[in-house]
Amino acid sequence: MTTSLQSDYLQYLLSSWDIKPTESLSWLDRLRAEAIDQAGTQQLPTKKDEEWRFTDISPLARLPFQAATPKFDLQAKDIEHLKLKEADNRLVFVDGHFAPHLSIISGSLSHIVGNLPALTSRDTLLQSHLGKHVSIDHNVFAALNTAFLRDAAVIVFPKEFVLEQPVHLLFIATQSEVTSYPRSLIIGEPGSQATVIEDYVSLQPSAAYITNSVTEISLAEHARIQHVRVQRESNQAFHLANCAASLGHASHFQSTTVTLGAQISRYNMHIHIANEAAECDISGLSMISGRQLADTHTCIDHAKPHGISQQQHKCIVDDAAHAVFNGKIIVRPHAQRTNSSQSSRNLLLSKSAQVDTKPQLEIFADDVKCAHGATVGQLDAEEIFYLQSRGLSETEARNLLTFAFGAEIINRIPVPSLKQQLEQAVLKQTQSH
Amino acid sequence: MIKKDSSNILTIQDLHASINGTEILKGIDFTVRSGEIHAIMGLNGSGKSTLAKVLAGHSAYEVTQGSVLFDDIDLLALPPEERARAGLFLAFQYPIEIPGVANTQFLRLAYNTVQTRRGKEELDPLEFDDFVREKMKMLDMKPDFLDRSVNEGFSGGEKKRNEVLQMALLEPKLSILDETDSGLDIDALKIVAQGVNQIANQNNAMIVVTHYQRLLDYIVPDYVHVMQSGRIVMTGGKELALELETHGYDWISANKQSLAGVSA
Repeated sequence: MTTSLQSDYLQYLLSSWDIKPTESLSWLDRLRAEAIDQAGTQQLPTKKDEEWRFTDISPLARLPFQAATPKFDLQAKDIEHLKLKEADNRLVFVDGHFAPHLSIISGSLSHIVGNLPALTSRDTLLQSHLGKHVSIDHNVFAALNTAFLRDAAVIVFPKEFVLEQPVHLLFIATQSEVTSYPRSLIIGEPGSQATVIEDYVSLQPSAAYITNSVTEISLAEHARIQHVRVQRESNQAFHLANCAASLGHASHFQSTTVTLGAQISRYNMHIHIANEAAECDISGLSMISGRQLADTHTCIDHAKPHGISQQQHKCIVDDAAHAVFNGKIIVRPHAQRTNSSQSSRNLLLSKSAQVDTKPQLEIFADDVKCAHGATVGQLDAEEIFYLQSRGLSETEARNLLTFAFGAEIINRIPVPSLKQQLEQAVLKQTQSH
Repeated sequence: MIKKDSSNILTIQDLHASINGTEILKGIDFTVRSGEIHAIMGLNGSGKSTLAKVLAGHSAYEVTQGSVLFDDIDLLALPPEERARAGLFLAFQYPIEIPGVANTQFLRLAYNTVQTRRGKEELDPLEFDDFVREKMKMLDMKPDFLDRSVNEGFSGGEKKRNEVLQMALLEPKLSILDETDSGLDIDALKIVAQGVNQIANQNNAMIVVTHYQRLLDYIVPDYVHVMQSGRIVMTGGKELALELETHGYDWISANKQSLAGVSA
């Protein structure tokens, strides 16, 4: 790809920018203006960039999809199958635009859960978080998302507030050849506890479009947030996502990511252990086939002592698909007594399936425990034999073992109906042979 | 129990098998009739576990010579799952762990797969739950056993109990227990043996593969076969196991000639 094609692409995208200045949120106008400037100075990454060496996104430059305009043809019945019965609160975004008629916010939560423009009463708080956790330097996609920021899912869990039911953020793609810019901001104030599900879906199984999403999560001291992220976009979609979480003192962040869709997907997750004794437990599953490419880049940055991070990432790769996992762990010089473990396990189901897995430890403190391991393999012949000896055919045995490999991650999702949906999806894919 | 008029369940003739071109079984002959319990003893590397795996159909082993009849069926012509469905069961020395699949799901899947192939009704989760809990009592197993992932984090004793539970559920005609006693303390050994004894009856048969005599105090064999270098070098009654315990396996080599008359 030539440099000029790349810059043309960005120029073209930015030329479509026509967001009207807001009256009340001038800080938001400034945030967008800065992002436009940032995006203008950057280029689309190529495989020459270390962070993108396994993932060629050059096809993107030939798809200058304009920002989606709001189209709300969807009715409640169209999304019936996507609802999660445990979630009393659901924010629905259609092609990145808030769809109030599909969303449900229970009255008592209307001041803490909603679309960005509706929560101006929390102006100061939002200003101190929005765009503060995800960096837009050297990150053209985060910069573009911020440049196009208009609607956003915003959740503020107040101090000591415990929400038993999960909040469902549902991002639905309905149009082809457009780019949508979903944005989420989740703030857990001191001692709050909640579960949030980010769910990216398409209603057209083979529509080509781009999702460029950014999620920012902030946990104050002793906050506990369970975060679930499901990417089930169309098989022709491009999904580019950035998620950043900042962890306060003794906070606890659990995140489970399941990646099933998109032609090319890239998920950057950055976790900042910003204060002492914070803990995160991160797990991910990418299950891909055909010619899909799923790239997960995570960075857990231990900036303060006594932090604990646990990470488990799994890939199930079939046909000629290609999975990438790059797991960086940074332990800063003062982050003593850090305890970190990372495991990357990968299952290749065909001869042409490919996985690139790379643990990357950068440790600058001396009193730390850091363990990591990576395995790449096929299904174990002894395991298949065991199941055959119990009456299962070889195909049934392979399917069960493949399912089990993925189910181990899915079982971590604290929402039974979603777990069931995903188990079905994994089962369907394992049985497609 | 030995009865003259029992029918043959398993007939092995001149069985040779290799792995990666190396011959491990060098001509095995023996017959198992219904109601009988056979013990196969031998040192590590004598080929006793290989025999168990070859009978169950492990694909790493190549049968180069000989025949095995299971009832009247040519066992060696069947893939492992068909052998299981026909009523052959192997209790593994090292049962595999399947994180992500609940034990109850797995047990029901195995049960229903085998049942439907035998032309019987499947059980739904509730019916199966009652059925399996009844069998679990026999093995003194805690109910949470069902909800845990298959064998994951199970102790040695729990894994072996889970094998015997599967055996109880699948009601095999021929069970092969491959070193079921390894890694068990005496209490677990007794429970496992008790379970096996409850399953044994006039219409089925067992082959118990073991290194030590200890298990045979609790599962009393009708025949004891001693394997060495891929062959059965001696066959006797249950007292042969005691002789081995007293004198060690070296005693076999020294007495092979003089005791040859005992061998069937």
